[in-house]
Amino acid sequence: MRDAALLVAALREPRSAERLGAGEWTSLISMARAESLMGSLAYRLQGLALPEKVERLLEDARNDAEQVRRQALWEAEMARRALAPLGVPVLLLKGTAYAAAGVSAGLGRSIGDLDILVPRESLGKVETALLGAGWEWVKEDAYDDLYYRRWMHELPPLIHRERDRMIDVHHTILPLTARSTPDASALIADSVSLESGLRVLSPPDMIVHAAAHLFADGDLAGGLRNLWDIDRMLREFRTRDGFWSSLGDRARLHQLGREVSRALRLAEDLYGTPVDRRLAGRRASFDRLFKRRLLARNGWGQTTDKPLRLAFYARSHWLRMPPLMLARHLWTKARK
Amino acid sequence: MAGLSYIADDESLVRKVELDGLTALFHVPSGMTHIVAPPAPQILEALAGRPADLKELVRRLSRNFDVDGAESALAARLDELEAAGLVSRP
Amino acid sequence: MRHSHALQVGPVAFRLGSEWRQPIEALKQLYAGYPAPDGPCDFTVRLEAETPWRRWLRPAVAIRGDYTLPDAVPMALAHGLLAAEMGMNLQMALGQKRYLLLHASSVERDGKALLMTGASGSGKSTLSAILGEQGWRFMGDEFALLDMDDGRLHPFPRAVSLKNQAVLVLEEIVGGDRFGPVLRNTPKGTIRHLRPNEEAVARMREPARPVLILFPQYGRGLQAAVRPVGQAEIFVRLTQASTNYVALGEPGYGALCRLVTGTPARAIDYSSTEAALTLIDGLWGEFA
Repeated sequence: MRDAALLVAALREPRSAERLGAGEWTSLISMARAESLMGSLAYRLQGLALPEKVERLLEDARNDAEQVRRQALWEAEMARRALAPLGVPVLLLKGTAYAAAGVSAGLGRSIGDLDILVPRESLGKVETALLGAGWEWVKEDAYDDLYYRRWMHELPPLIHRERDRMIDVHHTILPLTARSTPDASALIADSVSLESGLRVLSPPDMIVHAAAHLFADGDLAGGLRNLWDIDRMLREFRTRDGFWSSLGDRARLHQLGREVSRALRLAEDLYGTPVDRRLAGRRASFDRLFKRRLLARNGWGQTTDKPLRLAFYARSHWLRMPPLMLARHLWTKARK
Repeated sequence: MAGLSYIADDESLVRKVELDGLTALFHVPSGMTHIVAPPAPQILEALAGRPADLKELVRRLSRNFDVDGAESALAARLDELEAAGLVSRP
Repeated sequence: MRHSHALQVGPVAFRLGSEWRQPIEALKQLYAGYPAPDGPCDFTVRLEAETPWRRWLRPAVAIRGDYTLPDAVPMALAHGLLAAEMGMNLQMALGQKRYLLLHASSVERDGKALLMTGASGSGKSTLSAILGEQGWRFMGDEFALLDMDDGRLHPFPRAVSLKNQAVLVLEEIVGGDRFGPVLRNTPKGTIRHLRPNEEAVARMREPARPVLILFPQYGRGLQAAVRPVGQAEIFVRLTQASTNYVALGEPGYGALCRLVTGTPARAIDYSSTEAALTLIDGLWGEFA
């Protein structure tokens, strides 16, 4: 199995999995686990006529995803309780947000740390409240701390001392050093309140954030999962009135038009996502490289195409930091 | 602390098994297991779905238990239960 | 990957791949007679060079797979078999979601299972290996798989990992061809693996109902003794002995409560194998 096309095909066209042999199943499962897509795949393939052993593994993955979902929502609830007295808006981001909002991207999705977004001016209060409710710094390290506070879009990570779960507190969705500057106050102003009082991004902003996360905020590791989120959300939101035009408006407002267009093209190419032609734009020469990078995983679950991955890694740091700062960052890291 | 009110989850969200005088309690919303000693299970029962402040809690418990002069101990248990997420402020 | 082997152990199928030939050859020899999986594998283990040049230059085996510990220390190629074993353990510890995984040994007689758990050095592994040669069916020395639906224990008869003194004890009881190579200077001292006997392998898909839980404790000069253990303590000790209890949520809680409230348990102290076997014999007569 040369690349992750097998996984993409199973997600895109579940019935294609009914023809797989035992060896291909083993490969598919390894790939799905490596890409954090096992739970999503397990829900996608639910109800098909599959070998008994496969059924059992998929059922285990669905049960596991349900536990993950429950624990993530609980972590959000505990953060809500700690922050409620402050009266500031608290937005859930990424996996926890999808689960809490009940969007289909949340179905079976892996969820790691709790990501929340709060107004920048409330960061100090929020930090104090969390520290008072059992969270503590993961590492005491002056340089990293300063680096986070000055340049990143979040507080240094905190971990809860009893529950052993991490929280990332963001005040915007990209590092301050990134070339795009999303409008954080507009993200909050347009956010949607859930029954619990916690909030999530509006549907268009959710997709803009997912696209930003896919390209600008990393080296495309875990990209197939992030792109799957986008596929699920686009399919769910596209029937709403004026969705495509508001997605375009929000992407421009947050200076992420290029990222959103590319995400749309890649989602269409890999997952067959129905997209707005005008917003997706014309195919760009780099699209092929992005696609190759996303598929760089073999049937043993190993990453492949090392030079390409290195190129994307360097690119991700370049995108985050102006060159002089990058040099300083790498220098300080190297000396430690 | 007086005046602050507390609430616990509905009994349908808590599983309990007695283990030699202690209770293994499974809290469904959090997926967490707690081994608790009296009076924790009794406090949770008294607050299940029905908020109360400390005074009212004492009144409810006193129907079945002797809680004379136990207010400060109960307040300490409430703090622990709140930290564990089993009790919250409505 | 260049070299690979697939292996069925109890209800679990593993696929192991390696960049080197030696670990896979050692694995095939140790697990001679084990069935091949009859379908897709539950877990994939990969033994790979930490960096490309480490495949030849002072080879260092990184243990990876479907589930990987980010900060795991790579091992010497001479310990490649141990790396493969640890890789399988890691997949179970992090990825097993069908059974409640108890870090315990188990043996069976007359369809009933004895479960033994305790800290490393308690002797649970050695005792299960010895009992497995003395009329009991060996079910596993490392993990016991508790079925959350029906409360039975599933065998997981991997090779027994014998350490230091235990190697000598079993070498006296068991003939030579079931042992793996002697692995010296591992992080846990000298290790030698022992393949369970034919019966244990032939009946690896046969679960059994647990009827007795023991917490053995070995100590030089320790007076042989049997002590009762309270249910809450059993519960806590078994959650500590489980790597997936928290991840399983309510089904795990239900299964563990049924095991704890429905199965007698004792702690036993002993200073010699004979003393332990006598105690076990007596308790088995009383409870089984």
